[in-house]
Amino acid sequence: MQTLWFVLVAFMLTAYVVLDGFDLGAGAIHLLVGRTDAERRTVLRSIGPVWDGNEVWLIAAGGTLYFAFPALYASSFSGFYLPLNIVLWLLMLRAVGIEFRMHIGSPVWHGFFDGAFSLSSALLPVFFGAALGNVVRGVPLRPDGTFFAPLWTDFRVGTDNGILDWFTVLCGVLALVALMVHGSAWVAYKTEGTVQLRARKIASSLFAPLLLLAASVLSAALRVRPHLLDNYTRHRLGGALVPAAAAVSFAALWFFSRRRKDRAAFLASCSFLVSLLAGVALALYPRVLPASTADAYSLTIYNTASGDYSLRYGVYWWSFGMLVAIAYFVLVYRMFRGKVRLDPGDHGY
Amino acid sequence: MDPAAYLLHRLHFAFTITFHYLFPQLTMGLAPLIVVLQTLALLRKDALYGEAARFWAKVFGLNFVLGVVTGIPMEFQFGTNWSRFSRLTGGVIGQPLVMEGVFSFFLESAFLGLFLFGEKRLGPRLHWLSGVLVALGSWLSGYFIVAANAWMQHPVAYARLPDGSFQVTSFLGVLLNPWAVLEYVHTMSGAVITGSFAMAALGAFYLLSDSHRGHAVLFVRLGVIAGLIASVLQVFPTGDLHAKYLARHQPVTTAAMEGLFHSEVGAPLVLLGQPDPEKGTIENPIVVNDLLSFLIYGTTRAEVKGLDAYPKEDWPDNIPLLYFAYHIMAGLGTLFVALMAVCVFLLFRGRLYESRPALWALMLAFPFPYIANTAGWLTAELGRQPWVVHGLLRTKDGYSNLVSSGSIWFTLLGYMGMYTVLGLSFVLLVQRQILEGPSPHRPAQASAAARAA
Repeated sequence: MQTLWFVLVAFMLTAYVVLDGFDLGAGAIHLLVGRTDAERRTVLRSIGPVWDGNEVWLIAAGGTLYFAFPALYASSFSGFYLPLNIVLWLLMLRAVGIEFRMHIGSPVWHGFFDGAFSLSSALLPVFFGAALGNVVRGVPLRPDGTFFAPLWTDFRVGTDNGILDWFTVLCGVLALVALMVHGSAWVAYKTEGTVQLRARKIASSLFAPLLLLAASVLSAALRVRPHLLDNYTRHRLGGALVPAAAAVSFAALWFFSRRRKDRAAFLASCSFLVSLLAGVALALYPRVLPASTADAYSLTIYNTASGDYSLRYGVYWWSFGMLVAIAYFVLVYRMFRGKVRLDPGDHGY
Repeated sequence: MDPAAYLLHRLHFAFTITFHYLFPQLTMGLAPLIVVLQTLALLRKDALYGEAARFWAKVFGLNFVLGVVTGIPMEFQFGTNWSRFSRLTGGVIGQPLVMEGVFSFFLESAFLGLFLFGEKRLGPRLHWLSGVLVALGSWLSGYFIVAANAWMQHPVAYARLPDGSFQVTSFLGVLLNPWAVLEYVHTMSGAVITGSFAMAALGAFYLLSDSHRGHAVLFVRLGVIAGLIASVLQVFPTGDLHAKYLARHQPVTTAAMEGLFHSEVGAPLVLLGQPDPEKGTIENPIVVNDLLSFLIYGTTRAEVKGLDAYPKEDWPDNIPLLYFAYHIMAGLGTLFVALMAVCVFLLFRGRLYESRPALWALMLAFPFPYIANTAGWLTAELGRQPWVVHGLLRTKDGYSNLVSSGSIWFTLLGYMGMYTVLGLSFVLLVQRQILEGPSPHRPAQASAAARAA
């Protein structure tokens, strides 16, 4: 039962990264692909009707974590107190950036909110990547399963970690580049003309850095946590599938974007992100927050989960609710399918 | 226990939730009124209703953004600032919180975009449906949050595990907690009061400034009728039933709210006066004899237990604030009924739109529902102290003990600064929408658009 909920939470977080990932990525490249007001409005309009729904996956994942693994939720959220609050501020800034922009037709107003939106969209992936880096590296858990980590200490990986050290910052940069590629693929898929050309160019110029970063994060992770791949040798099938899926999706991403098949390239990018995150989940299981102090203090799905009744009956209403939610998503994405166009006289983004 | 951190964690939550709830109360209050306008637009084929609905949808949209933005931290604050509470209660409280995400946030976020920007694409009927679904989402969301709060006020359907944590024993038990039902209807009618007062106030403003007359008349009419219904429901039966239930299950809270320090047969209702918890008296009281006994038990001779019947460590820790919050809420609630009754009377006599004093009163009344709703939540939350889960977990055992008070200061000040900027931008943007108004002829905007092009 705990394993099932581990999979469900991982599913929600993955859905969040894939969905909100493209609008974060689009935000991060916003100022690069859109130079004129009309171009920037085109970018915003490609994500405008869906970004809020995408972000709900984060809220729902946070809630699900609270419900299914309360001890993990409590320990990690209070331990990551400072970065988490900074993430919340960035999320606010970003929401305001995209939603307030349209209300006043002044270049200064637009410029301010474009900047705020783009800056927060670029910083958020760095924080999310660093957060995942912290989970991979482990945090200084005490015997009672709690900790408090400062933002940084000496940037070295040890037992006295800050949130940011060279390893987690590297993870953050990887996340930013991966989502910039993802966002560019989305913008290329949803737009036409100059914006589309620029988005394709950004994506293709980032492929090599992305590959390099992914390889260096992997080798760094193996140095930081030598037992990281234990699960891969134990479960040979999954252990072979996940890296293969990542490699195939990356190749497909490269291939399709060279062929200007934007839709296929975007889907390949989705599958690339899914396989990276699945790789992390497989490496961690059954740990959910490893300890850098002593492995016995690590938080696992077993010592953090809710009671049996909650988990067992939760599956029913949770699955029902998620099926309905997925139906909404299909509906909304169908409603706003096709290329984005700016019609004169439209209100909105 | 670190007293500074304890106080700061409470202040942190109080500040962020109070600011947050300024927005959802208008969202939830306006949503049904917009649905009424949309329905009238469909039925009566008069452009006026459609324009009115579109105008309020714009205000709703802005307000909704602020609600979302200030709501995100709430979902995470249980973990960041109240980790010991979360670890123990996640198995119960987590349930309504996930349900809110899964059942209402996805619904709202999916249909809000369609509702705000999809009118042309959807056609009138589907657009009406999207409005109904957004309203439904916001009201569902309210229920789940109230259910979470109600469990903290009145824990039901739980079991305690050996490690001290709480687990659900019945999902429906938590959702259908009688306290949740009472608290919900009281909260929602409070939200409709905010929404209808805002609508009436704007209509009154337009009438007094002699602009948008057609829409203004509609706003005032819908506002005062909905306002009267909601204000009456707020007092009776929802407030009355809630107070009786409270008196039965948290009698010490009732005693503190009413400023009743000593148990009395035929307890008086204190209308005005300042409680002095040190001396155990009310200074400068104006009271109605026997009324409190009557209100709670239906007979003037019933005994109401005072604070002296309970150990001091179980008293709410800030009795004067609780007492004043409660009296402000109840006093304003009474005034709302009176104001709306007069306005509806004038409306049916056909004199409301010309009565300048009534219009001035309506216009100036709109901030007060915000105050009353805030005071009501203060009453609920201060009244539950010193418990975070009533009778089971004390607030001082719930906060994140590893977060230093310096960190809390940092984020608290951060939120204060952030919210000041957000609040000012919100006022600026709403003010522009109000000046632009609901009329189809918008020379100001047309020229702005021409400049931008």
